[in-house]
Amino acid sequence: MAEKLLEIKNLTTSFRIKDDYYAAVDNLSLTVNKNEVLAIVGESGCGKSALAFSIMGLHTRAKIDGDILYKDKNIAKMSPAEINKVRGKDLGMIFQDPLTSLNPLMEIGDQIGETLILHNKNLSKNKIREKVLDLLNKVGIPRPEYVINQFPHELSGGMRQRVVIAMAIANEPELLIADEPTTALDVTIQSQILELINKLKNEMNSGIILITHDLGVVAEMADRVAVMYAGQIVELADVKTLFENPLHPYTRSLLNSVPNANEEQDKLHVIQGIVPSLQNLPREGCRFSARIPWVDETAHEAHPELKEVTPGHLVRCTCYKHFSFPDDSKEEQHVLS
Amino acid sequence: MSYLEVKDLKIHFPIKGGLFSRTVGHIKAVDGVSFSLDKGKTYGLVGESGSGKTTTGRSIIGLNNITSGQVLFDGVDITNIKRAKSDVRKDIQMIFQDPYSSLNPKKRVIDIVSEPLRNFENLTRKEERKRVQELMELVGLSPESILKYPHEFSGGQRQRIGIARAIALKPKLIIADEPVSALDVSVQAQVLNFMKDIQKELDLTYLFISHDLGVIKHMCDQIGIMYKGRYVEEGTADDIFFNPQHIYTKRLVAAIPDIDPNKREEKRKFREEVKAEYEKSYNDYFDEEGLAYKLQPVSDTHLVALPEKG
Repeated sequence: MAEKLLEIKNLTTSFRIKDDYYAAVDNLSLTVNKNEVLAIVGESGCGKSALAFSIMGLHTRAKIDGDILYKDKNIAKMSPAEINKVRGKDLGMIFQDPLTSLNPLMEIGDQIGETLILHNKNLSKNKIREKVLDLLNKVGIPRPEYVINQFPHELSGGMRQRVVIAMAIANEPELLIADEPTTALDVTIQSQILELINKLKNEMNSGIILITHDLGVVAEMADRVAVMYAGQIVELADVKTLFENPLHPYTRSLLNSVPNANEEQDKLHVIQGIVPSLQNLPREGCRFSARIPWVDETAHEAHPELKEVTPGHLVRCTCYKHFSFPDDSKEEQHVLS
Repeated sequence: MSYLEVKDLKIHFPIKGGLFSRTVGHIKAVDGVSFSLDKGKTYGLVGESGSGKTTTGRSIIGLNNITSGQVLFDGVDITNIKRAKSDVRKDIQMIFQDPYSSLNPKKRVIDIVSEPLRNFENLTRKEERKRVQELMELVGLSPESILKYPHEFSGGQRQRIGIARAIALKPKLIIADEPVSALDVSVQAQVLNFMKDIQKELDLTYLFISHDLGVIKHMCDQIGIMYKGRYVEEGTADDIFFNPQHIYTKRLVAAIPDIDPNKREEKRKFREEVKAEYEKSYNDYFDEEGLAYKLQPVSDTHLVALPEKG
């Protein structure tokens, strides 16, 4: 049996717009196990990053309800001082954009060292330098003793992302959150970075939450996948099941809209409409129904819940049973309407 | 005859340094690139960041100065496009990468889309408005939205505004520089489908610049792979994806994530093999400076950069 590392229970993260609170993450429950890569997939605006920021306690103005249990401690209820002790030590985060997540005025070595000092007050200068060099080696940066005194702008995008990863793993966190770690990178570097994350997972036996919208990356990396739409999980399954037997219309639409390198297709599937903005989010019924208007309304549940279809495979709403893609002639209209 | 022909294009940027900002050297962003596009087809230019693919695209439209070489468009020399006749400049347009920063946030859509019209055509306000409305309809946006500002649109819609601006003058060649890189998969599908549709409708030729090989495969008839300012391989989509010859191309193709989780192990092994081969045979494929050799034909459509034999 897999060992639970993080358990999220009924998490709701809301932001204030004018005088009302709107939930970006809506009553979401999820567990992450040890030595597992859990991928979270969805379009931008689905609440993926809002979820990651909630786990890390990085929201300053959001209202967070529910529990985030990490080793019997509730992160969601911690004071800023308490969370500072956990963040960066037990929880590490790799941010999306390596350009903006590094301090341009600080040498690489100092930036990585800062994380170390914060959690181990009595480390000597030499010891820290040694550790930083070791970390740079680990993430595959050539000539670390030279890079340690360089500034972020002197490094290429791939190297910067490696530095960000080195910072995230400096204290060997048990849970690593990678928010679109390779979106800004080229394919060859992407495959190297993913390889590296995989290696670290096996070495440190940690759990990884991988947030991405690239389904190719998910297929390569993940053990389990959670598909998120409008703040909710709409489908949760292990990676093979999800790609072989996707059920929820949203998952199927996403999979269909990716250009496949192995297959010849003339037209890609287009998901009608856009992700609704936070204020316009339908709070009642199936949230995806507006984007599949050809499916009969009676197919949706009034209060869709995540239900287990087969062991480990959860789907929200019953509309998947009645869903099929419209034929091509109709598709044409969707593109231009 | 080819529609656009680029011959031995070189673009070097000076490195300034020293006491009086003298030129102390050159960065060879593009170093001897030749290719040609057929009318009505899509040509894909692929490479990692820094390979010179964007510089090549921008130089054709005159946004970068060409150091040496020649660009022929429909038989006319447009190497110095800034001095070329205005009708040639009308015929080539560009779609930019980032729909968030390539539209002026202070301008309404009608002003953005009609800017090329104002530059090249003498239209009355009324005619101009009508044209913009037609264009908006063509790109699938409502004609009433011409008085809105860019921030009122989503990413995909913005990219379509960028496309509307590019096709306003009924161009013949469009240079699309990473047109979907900043977009979500679902929106990406929308824009790609749409670009294919208008290609048929308006008989457009595309120069499609991207680092996403999945997208390139989906869109392009012919593909050129660039590395450090030079070509390493050129061929049809089948040549590149199913029969890559150059080790760099092999590595690039191997790095594409596979959508099938069952092939994960297989793929990983394959990648390791290719990586080992890459390290072993690096010197066979690149010269002492780490640059690619000249292209040699291996079949009618397929060119590979290999050292000259003998």
